[in-house]
Amino acid sequence: MNTKSLYQEVILDHNRNPRNYGSLDNANRSAEGHNPLCGDHLNIKLNLSRGYISDIVFQGESCAICKASASMMTANVKGKTQADAETLIQEFREMAIGKLEPDGNHHLGRLTVFSGIRDLPTRVKCAILPWHTLHAALNSVATISTEDDDDPMHVSIGNA
Amino acid sequence: MKLVESSLKPLSTSMFNVEHIRTDFPILKLKIDGKPLVYLDNAASSQMPQPVIDRMVKYQTMQHANINRAVHYLSETATTEYEESRRRLKRFINASEDREVIFTSGTTDAINLVAHGYGRKFIGSGDEIILTTLEHHSNIVPWQMLAEENGAKIRVVPINDTGELLIEKYKQLFNKHTKFVGVTHVSNALGTVNPIKQMIEFAHARGVPVLVDGAQAAPHMKIDVQDLDCDFYTFSGHKLCGPTGIGILYGKAALLERMQPFKGGGDMIASVTFEKTTYNTIPHKFEAGTPPIAAAIGFSAAIDYLSAINMSMIAAYERDLINYATEQMRHMPGIRIIGDATEKVAVLSFAIDGVHPHDIGTLLNQEGIAVRTGHHCAQPVMQHFKVPATTRASFAFYNSMNEVDALISGIQKVQKIFS
Repeated sequence: MNTKSLYQEVILDHNRNPRNYGSLDNANRSAEGHNPLCGDHLNIKLNLSRGYISDIVFQGESCAICKASASMMTANVKGKTQADAETLIQEFREMAIGKLEPDGNHHLGRLTVFSGIRDLPTRVKCAILPWHTLHAALNSVATISTEDDDDPMHVSIGNA
Repeated sequence: MKLVESSLKPLSTSMFNVEHIRTDFPILKLKIDGKPLVYLDNAASSQMPQPVIDRMVKYQTMQHANINRAVHYLSETATTEYEESRRRLKRFINASEDREVIFTSGTTDAINLVAHGYGRKFIGSGDEIILTTLEHHSNIVPWQMLAEENGAKIRVVPINDTGELLIEKYKQLFNKHTKFVGVTHVSNALGTVNPIKQMIEFAHARGVPVLVDGAQAAPHMKIDVQDLDCDFYTFSGHKLCGPTGIGILYGKAALLERMQPFKGGGDMIASVTFEKTTYNTIPHKFEAGTPPIAAAIGFSAAIDYLSAINMSMIAAYERDLINYATEQMRHMPGIRIIGDATEKVAVLSFAIDGVHPHDIGTLLNQEGIAVRTGHHCAQPVMQHFKVPATTRASFAFYNSMNEVDALISGIQKVQKIFS
């Protein structure tokens, strides 16, 4: 897959009209994600009740890949259990770094439109940042950075 | 920017055969995803012409041994070639003496050398260092590290919205505590050429030495350190068609002699006992350990190559390139040029409405166009213009007008995708 197929209509559409973009009054989990290398940052707020993500929103300034990833992520995890969301986080990350084949066995569905990112090592972090931040919010970590060594979602460019 | 009067037609291209020059650069024949490479990331690193590659191969195949050591033929040859490289660099910047040219690993290394060798010895608690908003992080962080260590203060010259330093503010920053000025000759993010001669004169009238970061200036114009009267001037080889891992620090001999060494080791000593070590004379005092000999020789081959084309010719041609590119982009809807100084080199930082620089960079790459996107290691500049990042096209003398056109049509494609 090349970059042509990465910037396809579904991603451009989510960038233009992001879903679940805004603020959430009754959020009981939130996290700030930041990529200091490019200045991308986003904020995720969600409501976790009885193990389910009943509502989730995001806000921030970022590139199209990051924004579309956040938009599609929120649409996908809304109404899911925390455990299912964690599975998606893991699978998305593995797809982004080329460890999971998009046509293999997984739960990503249309999120495979991001599979082309594995050919763009410098952009992997853009796609992963929302997932990285969701993971932090679910685990009550207030802020994360793509450049933190101790972050379990840390993906260095060299590994990607 | 001042534009060529009433015509976009380049003035000097008739004298300057860019197509001929391009044949010297093997990498420019590359295709990226089937598209001809359009390399517009020269401010990050320039490409190497065949004569420089050949010179380094010749050194490595026929002349290599360690320098300043043995009496054998190869060691003497390598030493001679290395010192000849220093001499050529001295001539390139019109320094008065060979020993005023110190080989470093690059500009960053050179600034760290001065921050350590001069700063730690002559700048103390309560003293002030003047820097500017336009500095690359490499001319900020070493001084911050020094200030953190010894309690010195950093004062910063602000810029206006065209990306020019506010010289009146610069003058107002001086007081009895001012001990040093560090200023970039040319902004890497915007291309602004700073009035360093005037700034140096003002600082010297108050007894304050000045370091000029020339990393982005030396590739684009003739540098004359005696005319500038700067105390330190530094630039890197890889931005002047040479190899990475080499640069020079020019320093006035009287200052270099008073400074403490930066790195300890072999070659920088006169004698060593466990009781006392006596340091070597300059420039060797600052060149501890085996230097990158091949890189130094490649660096001098690169400046010979540039000098043969002629730096004034390069400057004139690049002015045509940037005027042409600026004029094209100025009339494009949805484009904002960031940094529009009256005096600038061939660097074009810009924003496209509604499109993040990283998406621009990835999509231009799809057209074979290499630009830099990000904060360009100049976050204070980004903060002034309230953008997290820009897209930067930076030109060299081997870029053609056709490549400017390729950039423009690449930008139009990006706008179409995001429309």
